[in-house]
Amino acid sequence: MIASELKPNEEILGYLTGEERVFVVACDGCSAGCKVSDPEHTAEMVAELQNQGKTVTGTARVEMACSPGLVALMLMQQLKAVREADGILVMSCGAGIQTVAQAVEKPVHPATNSIYLGGFAGLWRSEPRCAECGNCMLDYTGGICPYTACSKSLLYGSCGGPNKGMCEVDPGVPCGWVRIYERLAALGQAERLKELPPLRNFRKMLPAAERRRASLWALELVEPEEMAKEA
Amino acid sequence: MSFRQAVESGKFVISCEVGPPKGANMEALLKEADLLQGRVDGVNATDLQAACMRVSSLATCVLLKERGLDPILQMVCRDRNRLALQSELLSAYVLGVKTVLCLTGDHVVLGDHVEAKPVFDLDSVSLLRAAQGLIEGHDLAGNELAGAPADLFLGAIVTPGADPVEPQIYKLHSKVAAGARFIQTQAVYDGPVFERFMERTEKEGIEVPILAGIVLLKSAGMARYMNANVAGVTVPDGLIKEMAAAGEKDKAAKAEGKKAGNVVRTSIEIAGRLIRELKPLCRGVHLMPLGWGHHVPAVLEAAGL
Repeated sequence: MIASELKPNEEILGYLTGEERVFVVACDGCSAGCKVSDPEHTAEMVAELQNQGKTVTGTARVEMACSPGLVALMLMQQLKAVREADGILVMSCGAGIQTVAQAVEKPVHPATNSIYLGGFAGLWRSEPRCAECGNCMLDYTGGICPYTACSKSLLYGSCGGPNKGMCEVDPGVPCGWVRIYERLAALGQAERLKELPPLRNFRKMLPAAERRRASLWALELVEPEEMAKEA
Repeated sequence: MSFRQAVESGKFVISCEVGPPKGANMEALLKEADLLQGRVDGVNATDLQAACMRVSSLATCVLLKERGLDPILQMVCRDRNRLALQSELLSAYVLGVKTVLCLTGDHVVLGDHVEAKPVFDLDSVSLLRAAQGLIEGHDLAGNELAGAPADLFLGAIVTPGADPVEPQIYKLHSKVAAGARFIQTQAVYDGPVFERFMERTEKEGIEVPILAGIVLLKSAGMARYMNANVAGVTVPDGLIKEMAAAGEKDKAAKAEGKKAGNVVRTSIEIAGRLIRELKPLCRGVHLMPLGWGHHVPAVLEAAGL
Protein backbone atom coordinates (compact mmCIF):
# COMPACT_ATOMS: atom_id res chain seq x y z
CA MET A 1 0.00 0.00 0.00
CA ILE A 2 0.99 3.65 -0.35
CA ALA A 3 1.54 5.07 3.11
CA SER A 4 0.46 8.66 3.66
CA GLU A 5 0.19 11.23 6.41
CA LEU A 6 -1.91 14.36 6.80
CA LYS A 7 -0.36 17.67 5.79
CA PRO A 8 -0.31 20.34 8.52
CA ASN A 9 -3.64 22.20 8.77
CA GLU A 10 -2.02 25.55 7.96
CA GLU A 11 -0.74 24.19 4.66
CA ILE A 12 -4.18 22.81 3.71
CA LEU A 13 -5.93 26.04 4.69
CA GLY A 14 -3.35 27.97 2.67
CA TYR A 15 -4.38 26.02 -0.43
CA LEU A 16 -8.03 26.90 0.24
CA THR A 17 -7.43 30.65 0.47
CA GLY A 18 -10.16 32.36 -1.54
CA GLU A 19 -12.32 29.23 -1.74
CA GLU A 20 -15.38 29.39 0.52
CA ARG A 21 -17.11 26.15 -0.50
CA VAL A 22 -15.18 22.90 -0.36
CA PHE A 23 -16.09 19.35 -1.34
CA VAL A 24 -14.13 16.60 0.42
CA VAL A 25 -13.14 13.27 -1.16
CA ALA A 26 -11.81 10.62 1.24
CA CYS A 27 -10.32 7.30 0.14
CA ASP A 28 -11.27 4.11 1.95
CA GLY A 29 -8.15 2.28 0.79
CA CYS A 30 -4.50 2.74 1.77
CA SER A 31 -4.84 6.19 3.32
CA ALA A 32 -7.78 5.01 5.47
CA GLY A 33 -5.54 2.16 6.61
CA CYS A 34 -2.95 4.78 7.58
CA LYS A 35 -5.60 6.50 9.75
CA VAL A 36 -5.49 9.54 7.47
CA SER A 37 -8.82 9.31 5.63
CA ASP A 38 -10.75 6.84 7.77
CA PRO A 39 -14.24 8.10 8.81
CA GLU A 40 -12.98 9.47 12.12
CA HIS A 41 -10.17 11.57 10.64
CA THR A 42 -12.32 12.67 7.71
CA ALA A 43 -14.92 13.95 10.18
CA GLU A 44 -12.15 15.80 12.05
CA MET A 45 -11.02 17.44 8.81
CA VAL A 46 -14.59 18.49 7.93
CA ALA A 47 -15.04 19.96 11.44
CA GLU A 48 -11.73 21.85 11.11
CA LEU A 49 -12.78 23.30 7.75
CA GLN A 50 -16.10 24.41 9.25
CA ASN A 51 -14.29 25.91 12.26
CA GLN A 52 -12.28 27.97 9.80
CA GLY A 53 -15.48 29.33 8.27
CA LYS A 54 -15.59 27.09 5.21
CA THR A 55 -18.78 25.52 3.90
CA VAL A 56 -18.36 21.82 3.21
CA THR A 57 -20.79 21.20 0.33
CA GLY A 58 -20.44 17.42 0.65
CA THR A 59 -18.17 14.48 1.36
CA ALA A 60 -17.61 11.42 -0.80
CA ARG A 61 -16.02 8.23 0.48
CA VAL A 62 -14.46 6.32 -2.41
CA GLU A 63 -13.49 2.70 -1.93
CA MET A 64 -10.29 3.23 -3.95
CA ALA A 65 -9.60 6.83 -5.03
CA CYS A 66 -6.98 5.52 -7.49
CA SER A 67 -9.82 3.99 -9.53
CA PRO A 68 -11.16 6.45 -12.13
CA GLY A 69 -14.41 4.45 -12.39
CA LEU A 70 -15.13 4.47 -8.67
CA VAL A 71 -14.23 8.16 -8.37
CA ALA A 72 -16.56 9.08 -11.25
CA LEU A 73 -19.36 6.96 -9.75
CA MET A 74 -19.12 8.55 -6.28
CA LEU A 75 -18.86 12.09 -7.65
CA MET A 76 -21.83 11.56 -9.97
CA GLN A 77 -23.96 10.62 -6.95
CA GLN A 78 -23.24 14.04 -5.42
CA LEU A 79 -23.01 16.09 -8.58
CA LYS A 80 -24.84 19.09 -7.12
CA ALA A 81 -22.55 19.34 -4.10
CA VAL A 82 -19.47 18.96 -6.32
CA ARG A 83 -20.71 21.68 -8.69
CA GLU A 84 -21.40 24.05 -5.77
CA ALA A 85 -17.84 23.73 -4.50
CA ASP A 86 -15.03 26.18 -5.37
CA GLY A 87 -12.49 23.42 -4.93
CA ILE A 88 -12.03 19.79 -3.91
CA LEU A 89 -9.92 18.61 -0.98
CA VAL A 90 -8.71 15.04 -1.45
CA MET A 91 -7.65 12.79 1.40
CA SER A 92 -5.82 9.95 -0.33
CA CYS A 93 -2.42 9.07 -1.75
CA GLY A 94 -0.99 11.08 -4.65
CA ALA A 95 -2.41 8.66 -7.21
CA GLY A 96 -5.92 9.18 -5.82
CA ILE A 97 -5.55 12.97 -5.79
CA GLN A 98 -4.52 12.93 -9.46
CA THR A 99 -7.38 10.59 -10.34
CA VAL A 100 -9.87 13.04 -8.79
CA ALA A 101 -8.18 15.94 -10.65
CA GLN A 102 -8.67 14.08 -13.94
CA ALA A 103 -12.37 13.66 -13.15
CA VAL A 104 -13.25 17.29 -12.28
CA GLU A 105 -12.57 20.65 -13.91
CA LYS A 106 -12.04 22.32 -10.56
CA PRO A 107 -8.99 23.10 -8.41
CA VAL A 108 -8.03 19.95 -6.51
CA HIS A 109 -5.98 20.18 -3.32
CA PRO A 110 -3.98 17.46 -1.55
CA ALA A 111 -4.67 16.96 2.17
CA THR A 112 -1.83 14.45 2.47
CA ASN A 113 1.79 13.73 1.77
CA SER A 114 2.43 10.25 0.37
CA ILE A 115 5.57 9.02 2.05
CA TYR A 116 6.48 5.50 1.00
CA LEU A 117 5.38 2.41 -0.81
CA GLY A 118 4.75 -0.53 1.45
CA GLY A 119 3.82 -3.86 -0.09
CA PHE A 120 2.55 -3.17 -3.58
CA ALA A 121 1.73 -0.06 -5.58
CA GLY A 122 -1.79 1.41 -5.42
CA LEU A 123 -4.55 -1.11 -5.11
CA TRP A 124 -6.04 -0.15 -8.43
CA ARG A 125 -4.17 0.03 -11.73
CA SER A 126 -4.55 3.56 -13.06
CA GLU A 127 -2.54 6.01 -15.10
CA PRO A 128 -1.58 8.60 -12.45
CA ARG A 129 1.55 7.66 -10.57
CA CYS A 130 2.74 8.85 -7.17
CA ALA A 131 6.45 9.19 -6.37
CA GLU A 132 5.87 9.07 -2.61
CA CYS A 133 7.98 12.23 -2.39
CA GLY A 134 6.69 13.12 1.07
CA ASN A 135 5.86 16.70 0.08
CA CYS A 136 2.85 16.64 -2.22
CA MET A 137 2.96 19.48 -4.81
CA LEU A 138 -0.36 18.66 -6.52
CA ASP A 139 -1.94 21.89 -5.30
CA TYR A 140 0.63 23.98 -7.19
CA THR A 141 0.57 21.79 -10.30
CA GLY A 142 -3.16 21.50 -10.97
CA GLY A 143 -3.46 17.93 -9.71
CA ILE A 144 -0.82 16.50 -12.08
CA CYS A 145 2.35 15.21 -10.40
CA PRO A 146 5.46 16.99 -11.80
CA TYR A 147 7.74 14.26 -10.47
CA THR A 148 6.07 11.40 -12.31
CA ALA A 149 4.53 13.24 -15.30
CA CYS A 150 7.82 14.97 -16.26
CA SER A 151 10.70 12.74 -17.43
CA LYS A 152 13.15 15.01 -15.62
CA SER A 153 10.93 15.40 -12.54
CA LEU A 154 11.21 19.18 -12.88
CA LEU A 155 9.48 21.46 -10.37
CA TYR A 156 9.78 24.82 -12.13
CA GLY A 157 8.09 24.32 -15.50
CA SER A 158 8.81 22.83 -18.86
CA CYS A 159 12.37 22.31 -20.11
CA GLY A 160 13.23 23.20 -23.71
CA GLY A 161 12.53 19.63 -24.78
CA PRO A 162 8.83 19.26 -25.56
CA ASN A 163 8.12 19.02 -29.29
CA LYS A 164 4.56 19.97 -30.19
CA GLY A 165 3.56 19.16 -26.62
CA MET A 166 5.28 15.75 -26.54
CA CYS A 167 8.24 14.74 -24.32
CA GLU A 168 11.82 14.76 -25.66
CA VAL A 169 12.51 11.47 -23.90
CA ASP A 170 9.57 9.57 -25.38
CA PRO A 171 7.69 11.33 -28.20
CA GLY A 172 4.72 9.05 -27.49
CA VAL A 173 4.21 10.65 -24.07
CA PRO A 174 2.74 14.14 -23.58
CA CYS A 175 5.01 16.64 -21.78
CA GLY A 176 3.94 16.70 -18.11
CA TRP A 177 4.52 20.44 -17.85
CA VAL A 178 2.52 21.21 -20.99
CA ARG A 179 -0.31 19.18 -19.40
CA ILE A 180 0.10 21.10 -16.14
CA TYR A 181 0.07 24.42 -18.03
CA GLU A 182 -3.06 23.45 -19.99
CA ARG A 183 -4.85 22.27 -16.85
CA LEU A 184 -4.00 25.47 -14.93
CA ALA A 185 -4.96 27.62 -17.94
CA ALA A 186 -8.33 25.84 -18.12
CA LEU A 187 -8.86 26.63 -14.42
CA GLY A 188 -7.80 30.25 -14.99
CA GLN A 189 -4.76 29.71 -12.75
CA ALA A 190 -1.85 29.81 -15.21
CA GLU A 191 -0.40 32.85 -13.43
CA ARG A 192 0.48 30.50 -10.56
CA LEU A 193 3.38 29.30 -12.72
CA LYS A 194 5.13 32.55 -11.79
CA GLU A 195 5.32 31.35 -8.17
CA LEU A 196 8.59 29.72 -7.21
CA PRO A 197 7.91 26.99 -4.61
CA PRO A 198 10.74 25.83 -2.30
CA LEU A 199 13.26 23.34 -3.67
CA ARG A 200 12.41 19.67 -3.46
CA ASN A 201 13.47 18.14 -0.13
CA PHE A 202 14.86 14.69 -0.85
CA ARG A 203 15.28 14.01 2.85
CA LYS A 204 11.54 13.43 3.00
CA MET A 205 12.05 10.28 0.95
CA LEU A 206 14.30 8.66 3.55
CA PRO A 207 12.48 6.37 5.97
CA ALA A 208 12.55 8.20 9.28
CA ALA A 209 14.16 6.58 12.31
CA GLU A 210 10.83 6.12 14.07
CA ARG A 211 9.55 4.19 11.05
CA ARG A 212 12.63 1.96 11.07
CA ARG A 213 11.96 1.24 14.74
CA ALA A 214 8.27 0.56 14.11
CA SER A 215 7.13 -2.92 15.01
CA LEU A 216 6.42 -4.09 11.45
CA TRP A 217 9.78 -2.88 10.17
CA ALA A 218 11.47 -4.62 13.10
CA LEU A 219 9.53 -7.81 12.50
CA GLU A 220 10.52 -7.90 8.86
CA LEU A 221 14.15 -6.83 9.10
CA VAL A 222 15.54 -7.06 12.61
CA GLU A 223 14.04 -10.27 13.95
CA PRO A 224 15.14 -12.50 11.05
CA GLU A 225 18.69 -11.21 11.60
CA GLU A 226 18.47 -12.01 15.30
CA MET A 227 17.00 -15.42 14.53
CA ALA A 228 19.75 -16.10 12.00
CA LYS A 229 22.36 -15.22 14.64
CA GLU A 230 20.79 -17.57 17.19
CA ALA A 231 20.60 -20.36 14.64
CA MET B 1 35.20 45.03 -23.37
CA SER B 2 33.95 41.94 -21.55
CA PHE B 3 30.77 40.07 -22.52
CA ARG B 4 29.07 41.51 -19.45
CA GLN B 5 30.13 45.06 -20.34
CA ALA B 6 28.91 44.49 -23.90
CA VAL B 7 25.50 43.31 -22.65
CA GLU B 8 25.23 46.16 -20.15
CA SER B 9 26.48 48.81 -22.60
CA GLY B 10 23.48 48.42 -24.88
CA LYS B 11 25.59 47.62 -27.97
CA PHE B 12 24.65 44.77 -30.34
CA VAL B 13 26.23 41.72 -28.68
CA ILE B 14 27.79 38.75 -30.48
CA SER B 15 28.46 35.43 -28.80
CA CYS B 16 29.48 32.10 -30.29
CA GLU B 17 29.62 28.58 -28.87
CA VAL B 18 32.39 26.02 -29.11
CA GLY B 19 31.86 22.33 -28.41
CA PRO B 20 34.52 20.61 -26.27
CA PRO B 21 35.86 17.41 -27.86
CA LYS B 22 35.22 13.82 -26.91
CA GLY B 23 38.81 13.05 -26.06
CA ALA B 24 41.88 14.91 -24.86
CA ASN B 25 42.86 16.63 -28.13
CA MET B 26 41.95 20.33 -27.84
CA GLU B 27 43.82 21.44 -30.98
CA ALA B 28 40.82 21.86 -33.30
CA LEU B 29 38.77 23.69 -30.67
CA LEU B 30 41.56 26.13 -29.89
CA LYS B 31 42.20 26.78 -33.58
CA GLU B 32 38.50 27.56 -33.99
CA ALA B 33 38.62 29.80 -30.92
CA ASP B 34 41.56 31.77 -32.34
CA LEU B 35 39.43 32.69 -35.36
CA LEU B 36 36.96 34.34 -32.95
CA GLN B 37 39.57 36.69 -31.45
CA GLY B 38 38.32 40.27 -31.73
CA ARG B 39 35.17 39.16 -33.57
CA VAL B 40 32.86 38.17 -30.70
CA ASP B 41 32.09 39.47 -27.19
CA GLY B 42 31.83 36.08 -25.50
CA VAL B 43 32.43 32.40 -26.22
CA ASN B 44 30.16 29.71 -24.72
CA ALA B 45 31.66 26.33 -23.90
CA THR B 46 28.88 23.74 -23.99
CA ASP B 47 28.40 21.35 -21.06
CA LEU B 48 28.37 17.71 -22.23
CA GLN B 49 26.27 18.83 -25.17
CA ALA B 50 23.55 16.41 -26.30
CA ALA B 51 24.17 14.38 -23.13
CA CYS B 52 27.43 12.99 -24.58
CA MET B 53 30.54 12.57 -22.39
CA ARG B 54 33.26 15.11 -23.31
CA VAL B 55 35.84 17.54 -21.89
CA SER B 56 34.12 19.79 -19.35
CA SER B 57 32.84 23.28 -19.98
CA LEU B 58 34.92 24.67 -17.11
CA ALA B 59 38.24 23.28 -18.39
CA THR B 60 37.45 24.66 -21.84
CA CYS B 61 36.51 28.06 -20.38
CA VAL B 62 39.86 28.31 -18.58
CA LEU B 63 41.73 27.56 -21.84
CA LEU B 64 39.60 30.13 -23.70
CA LYS B 65 40.35 32.73 -21.05
CA GLU B 66 44.10 32.03 -21.31
CA ARG B 67 43.81 32.87 -25.02
CA GLY B 68 42.18 36.23 -24.28
CA LEU B 69 38.56 35.31 -25.05
CA ASP B 70 35.77 35.99 -22.57
CA PRO B 71 34.34 32.55 -21.73
CA ILE B 72 30.71 31.76 -20.89
CA LEU B 73 30.39 28.65 -18.72
CA GLN B 74 27.38 26.54 -19.65
CA MET B 75 26.01 24.47 -16.78
CA VAL B 76 23.32 21.78 -17.05
CA CYS B 77 21.56 20.06 -14.15
CA ARG B 78 21.58 16.54 -15.58
CA ASP B 79 24.89 15.34 -14.15
CA ARG B 80 25.37 16.95 -10.72
CA ASN B 81 23.35 17.53 -7.57
CA ARG B 82 23.03 20.85 -5.77
CA LEU B 83 26.31 20.43 -3.86
CA ALA B 84 28.37 19.82 -6.99
CA LEU B 85 26.64 22.57 -8.98
CA GLN B 86 27.21 25.22 -6.31
CA SER B 87 30.79 24.05 -5.84
CA GLU B 88 31.43 24.36 -9.58
CA LEU B 89 30.02 27.89 -9.61
CA LEU B 90 32.53 28.84 -6.89
CA SER B 91 35.32 26.96 -8.67
CA ALA B 92 34.62 28.75 -11.94
CA TYR B 93 34.66 32.08 -10.17
CA VAL B 94 38.01 31.51 -8.46
CA LEU B 95 39.45 30.55 -11.86
CA GLY B 96 38.21 33.87 -13.30
CA VAL B 97 35.22 32.46 -15.21
CA LYS B 98 32.43 34.81 -14.20
CA THR B 99 29.68 34.44 -16.81
CA VAL B 100 27.41 31.40 -16.47
CA LEU B 101 24.57 30.15 -18.67
CA CYS B 102 22.19 28.00 -16.62
CA LEU B 103 20.28 25.22 -18.39
CA THR B 104 18.27 22.16 -17.39
CA GLY B 105 20.04 19.92 -19.93
CA ASP B 106 19.01 17.17 -22.32
CA HIS B 107 17.89 13.90 -20.77
CA VAL B 108 20.52 11.11 -20.63
CA VAL B 109 18.46 8.92 -22.95
CA LEU B 110 19.25 11.36 -25.81
CA GLY B 111 23.00 10.94 -25.36
CA ASP B 112 25.74 8.32 -25.47
CA HIS B 113 25.42 6.93 -21.92
CA VAL B 114 21.73 6.02 -21.92
CA GLU B 115 21.95 3.89 -18.78
CA ALA B 116 23.30 6.73 -16.61
CA LYS B 117 21.33 8.16 -13.69
CA PRO B 118 19.72 11.47 -14.67
CA VAL B 119 20.19 13.80 -11.69
CA PHE B 120 18.00 16.92 -12.17
CA ASP B 121 18.19 17.70 -8.44
CA LEU B 122 17.96 21.33 -9.62
CA ASP B 123 16.74 22.72 -12.93
CA SER B 124 17.53 25.91 -14.84
CA VAL B 125 15.39 28.10 -12.56
CA SER B 126 16.63 26.65 -9.29
CA LEU B 127 20.26 26.71 -10.51
CA LEU B 128 19.81 30.43 -11.22
CA ARG B 129 18.39 30.84 -7.70
CA ALA B 130 21.36 28.95 -6.27
CA ALA B 131 23.83 31.14 -8.20
CA GLN B 132 21.99 34.32 -7.23
CA GLY B 133 22.18 33.16 -3.59
CA LEU B 134 25.96 32.69 -3.89
CA ILE B 135 26.23 36.21 -5.35
CA GLU B 136 24.37 37.45 -2.27
CA GLY B 137 26.74 35.53 0.02
CA HIS B 138 24.91 32.35 1.01
CA ASP B 139 24.39 28.82 -0.30
CA LEU B 140 21.09 27.00 -0.93
CA ALA B 141 21.01 25.72 2.65
CA GLY B 142 21.37 29.29 3.93
CA ASN B 143 24.98 28.95 5.10
CA GLU B 144 27.08 32.09 4.89
CA LEU B 145 30.01 32.07 2.43
CA ALA B 146 33.55 33.12 3.24
CA GLY B 147 33.72 35.50 0.29
CA ALA B 148 30.85 35.84 -2.16
CA PRO B 149 31.32 35.53 -5.96
CA ALA B 150 29.67 38.94 -6.11
CA ASP B 151 30.14 39.67 -9.81
CA LEU B 152 28.98 36.39 -11.32
CA PHE B 153 26.91 37.26 -14.40
CA LEU B 154 23.98 34.88 -14.99
CA GLY B 155 22.19 33.95 -18.17
CA ALA B 156 19.55 31.51 -19.35
CA ILE B 157 17.96 30.21 -22.54
CA VAL B 158 14.51 30.19 -24.13
CA THR B 159 12.90 28.51 -27.15
CA PRO B 160 11.05 31.27 -29.07
CA GLY B 161 9.50 28.81 -31.53
CA ALA B 162 8.13 26.39 -28.92
CA ASP B 163 4.65 25.02 -29.53
CA PRO B 164 2.87 25.81 -27.26
CA VAL B 165 4.98 28.88 -26.40
CA GLU B 166 3.12 29.89 -23.19
CA PRO B 167 4.96 27.47 -20.86
CA GLN B 168 8.23 28.91 -22.23
CA ILE B 169 7.09 32.48 -21.50
CA TYR B 170 6.17 31.56 -17.90
CA LYS B 171 9.49 29.81 -17.45
CA LEU B 172 11.35 32.82 -18.90
CA HIS B 173 9.53 34.97 -16.38
CA SER B 174 10.75 32.67 -13.58
CA LYS B 175 14.31 32.66 -14.97
CA VAL B 176 14.51 36.45 -14.95
CA ALA B 177 12.96 36.57 -11.45
CA ALA B 178 15.55 34.01 -10.32
CA GLY B 179 18.51 36.09 -11.54
CA ALA B 180 19.04 35.76 -15.33
CA ARG B 181 20.58 38.96 -16.74
CA PHE B 182 20.87 37.84 -20.37
CA ILE B 183 19.14 35.29 -22.59
CA GLN B 184 20.49 33.25 -25.50
CA THR B 185 17.79 31.57 -27.58
CA GLN B 186 17.36 28.23 -29.32
CA ALA B 187 17.92 28.39 -33.10
CA VAL B 188 15.74 30.94 -34.94
CA TYR B 189 15.03 30.62 -38.70
CA ASP B 190 11.71 32.38 -38.94
CA GLY B 191 11.75 36.17 -38.50
CA PRO B 192 7.96 36.66 -38.02
CA VAL B 193 7.80 33.86 -35.37
CA PHE B 194 10.67 35.52 -33.50
CA GLU B 195 9.03 38.93 -33.79
CA ARG B 196 5.80 37.58 -32.26
CA PHE B 197 7.81 36.00 -29.45
CA MET B 198 9.56 39.31 -28.71
CA GLU B 199 6.18 41.06 -28.64
CA ARG B 200 4.93 38.49 -26.11
CA THR B 201 7.91 39.03 -23.81
CA GLU B 202 7.38 42.79 -24.00
CA LYS B 203 3.68 42.39 -23.20
CA GLU B 204 4.63 40.22 -20.18
CA GLY B 205 6.95 42.98 -18.98
CA ILE B 206 10.04 40.76 -19.34
CA GLU B 207 12.95 43.16 -19.69
CA VAL B 208 16.18 41.27 -20.28
CA PRO B 209 18.66 41.46 -23.19
CA ILE B 210 17.85 38.63 -25.62
CA LEU B 211 20.43 37.24 -28.07
CA ALA B 212 18.82 35.39 -30.99
CA GLY B 213 20.28 31.93 -31.63
CA ILE B 214 21.72 31.25 -35.08
CA VAL B 215 22.54 27.67 -36.10
CA LEU B 216 24.31 27.31 -39.47
CA LEU B 217 22.36 25.10 -41.88
CA LYS B 218 24.72 22.49 -43.31
CA SER B 219 22.32 20.85 -45.75
CA ALA B 220 18.65 20.51 -46.69
CA GLY B 221 18.68 17.14 -44.90
CA MET B 222 19.81 18.75 -41.64
CA ALA B 223 16.99 21.29 -41.92
CA ARG B 224 14.42 18.53 -42.46
CA TYR B 225 15.88 16.55 -39.56
CA MET B 226 15.58 19.55 -37.25
CA ASN B 227 11.99 20.18 -38.34
CA ALA B 228 11.09 16.60 -37.48
CA ASN B 229 13.13 16.15 -34.30
CA VAL B 230 14.28 19.37 -32.64
CA ALA B 231 11.77 20.96 -30.29
CA GLY B 232 10.73 24.48 -31.17
CA VAL B 233 12.86 24.73 -34.33
CA THR B 234 11.13 25.22 -37.67
CA VAL B 235 13.12 25.88 -40.82
CA PRO B 236 10.84 27.51 -43.43
CA ASP B 237 10.43 25.64 -46.74
CA GLY B 238 12.08 28.47 -48.70
CA LEU B 239 15.39 27.99 -46.85
CA ILE B 240 15.25 24.20 -47.30
CA LYS B 241 14.78 24.73 -51.06
CA GLU B 242 17.75 27.12 -51.21
CA MET B 243 19.96 24.57 -49.44
CA ALA B 244 18.67 21.71 -51.63
CA ALA B 245 19.42 23.69 -54.82
CA ALA B 246 22.95 24.47 -53.57
CA GLY B 247 23.41 20.77 -52.79
CA GLU B 248 22.39 19.82 -56.35
CA LYS B 249 24.85 22.33 -57.82
CA ASP B 250 27.65 20.93 -55.66
CA LYS B 251 26.78 17.38 -56.71
CA ALA B 252 26.96 18.39 -60.38
CA ALA B 253 30.25 20.27 -59.85
CA LYS B 254 31.77 17.26 -58.10
CA ALA B 255 30.65 14.98 -60.95
CA GLU B 256 32.60 17.22 -63.34
CA GLY B 257 35.60 17.15 -61.02
CA LYS B 258 35.16 20.84 -60.10
CA LYS B 259 35.38 22.47 -56.68
CA ALA B 260 32.07 22.45 -54.78
CA GLY B 261 31.35 25.40 -52.50
CA ASN B 262 27.72 26.27 -53.09
CA VAL B 263 26.35 24.69 -49.91
CA VAL B 264 28.78 26.56 -47.66
CA ARG B 265 28.23 29.83 -49.54
CA THR B 266 24.44 29.47 -49.31
CA SER B 267 24.59 28.55 -45.62
CA ILE B 268 26.69 31.64 -44.86
CA GLU B 269 24.43 33.81 -46.98
CA ILE B 270 21.28 32.56 -45.20
CA ALA B 271 22.82 33.11 -41.74
CA GLY B 272 23.96 36.62 -42.69
CA ARG B 273 20.52 37.48 -44.04
CA LEU B 274 18.80 36.11 -40.89
CA ILE B 275 21.05 38.14 -38.60
CA ARG B 276 20.29 41.33 -40.57
CA GLU B 277 16.55 40.52 -40.33
CA LEU B 278 16.65 39.81 -36.57
CA LYS B 279 19.02 42.64 -35.63
CA PRO B 280 16.34 45.33 -35.17
CA LEU B 281 14.27 42.96 -32.98
CA CYS B 282 16.80 41.95 -30.31
CA ARG B 283 19.98 42.85 -28.45
CA GLY B 284 22.40 40.48 -30.13
CA VAL B 285 23.04 37.13 -31.73
CA HIS B 286 24.39 33.87 -30.39
CA LEU B 287 26.05 31.69 -33.05
CA MET B 288 26.00 27.90 -32.82
CA PRO B 289 28.13 26.72 -35.77
CA LEU B 290 28.09 22.99 -34.80
CA GLY B 291 31.50 22.13 -36.23
CA TRP B 292 31.55 24.94 -38.79
CA GLY B 293 33.28 27.41 -36.47
CA HIS B 294 35.81 28.25 -39.20
CA HIS B 295 32.96 29.84 -41.20
CA VAL B 296 31.94 32.21 -38.38
CA PRO B 297 34.07 35.17 -39.57
CA ALA B 298 32.46 34.88 -43.04
CA VAL B 299 28.98 34.77 -41.44
CA LEU B 300 29.70 37.94 -39.47
CA GLU B 301 30.93 39.64 -42.65
CA ALA B 302 27.79 38.55 -44.51
CA ALA B 303 25.73 40.02 -41.66
CA GLY B 304 27.63 43.29 -41.82
CA LEU B 305 28.92 42.90 -38.25
